[in-house]
Amino acid sequence: MSLRSPLGRVRGLGSAKSGLSHWRWQRITALALIPLGLWFVYILLELMNADHAQVVAFFRSPCPAALAIGLVVALFYHMKLGLQVVVEDYVHGHVAQVALQVALRLGTALGALLALVSILKLSLGSA
Amino acid sequence: MAEFSLPKNSQVQAGKTFPAPAGAKRVKKFQLYRWDPDTDANPRVDTYEIDLDKCGPMVLDAIIYIKNEIDPTIAFRRSCREGVCGSCAMNIDGTNTLACTKATSAIAGDVKIYPLPHMAVQKDLVPDMTHFFAQYASIEPWLQTESAPPPDKERLQSKEERDKLDGLYECILCACCSTSCPSYWWNSDRYLGPAILLQARRWLADSRDEATGERLDALEDPFRLYRCHTIMNCTNTCPKGLNPAQAIAEIKKMLLERSL
Repeated sequence: MSLRSPLGRVRGLGSAKSGLSHWRWQRITALALIPLGLWFVYILLELMNADHAQVVAFFRSPCPAALAIGLVVALFYHMKLGLQVVVEDYVHGHVAQVALQVALRLGTALGALLALVSILKLSLGSA
Repeated sequence: MAEFSLPKNSQVQAGKTFPAPAGAKRVKKFQLYRWDPDTDANPRVDTYEIDLDKCGPMVLDAIIYIKNEIDPTIAFRRSCREGVCGSCAMNIDGTNTLACTKATSAIAGDVKIYPLPHMAVQKDLVPDMTHFFAQYASIEPWLQTESAPPPDKERLQSKEERDKLDGLYECILCACCSTSCPSYWWNSDRYLGPAILLQARRWLADSRDEATGERLDALEDPFRLYRCHTIMNCTNTCPKGLNPAQAIAEIKKMLLERSL
């Protein structure tokens, strides 16, 4: 039982004075993902019947490699921001909240790193 | 986790039926949520058959008719009966609205009436508004200034500045919008909800107010403001035709603007 006043309960720990950055980056990454996503679909269709050597050759030129890296960064960061909101919305209880928030950050960072290393390997590695 | 099913003691059961008197011509069924805190019984839905020729045109008229003529035990709030006090907000035919401005004739089939969703119920159709009004108090809904008032007149506002309050000052704090918002359902302990954020915008938009920065500081919070995911139920349900979703978007724009 708590005898704290309703206003005291609403004020709680006060404003976190953050949230704008999350909101802004969610929108910026969403905007970036429109052209990058379309480009990704386009190269999937382009390279559908290509063999391994052709795909490697394609990613050896700087533009496709840069766009692929951009796609991975925007996609995984957007994913992290979105998952974060889902957990904030639906998971109540401090332990579960903290555990999931840490896990989703590590998980999306790991996914992004794997994808980035793969692209770099493809782009810079020896054939 | 968020709860998606009702706890056992909140599950709604079938209730009593009060048939229409013999000879009634225009009969309509009203199904009302009932819950009495003085008993251990689960909530139930009672059905009242009403002769529409005997009562006024609005849903509130029918509820008042039920209380006066059929079942005096039913509890609900009402005051002005003309859509300016916000007391009779309830969930009618699946949408939050004011019983006094909702015409019975606009509802096809039985009229289903529940209290505002996801609020603690005090009795029958009466929700506990304590937290909602505490949230209202938390945004300090009054003019805040440091410069002294003019000695011989009011604080003036140009016509254009006054126009910016249109669509905001009309809010009657009935809570229809906030209680229609899924974000508010899951996180109302910290999320202020559309009604309170529209009120916050009302003071941010007031040219006479000098605390804009402090108000924005207090709002910039992942939960207080940014739990709004632009679901738009608020705008859809507002019985006064206001647009809380737009007001919230304006606050987000102000925060962006001051960071650029």
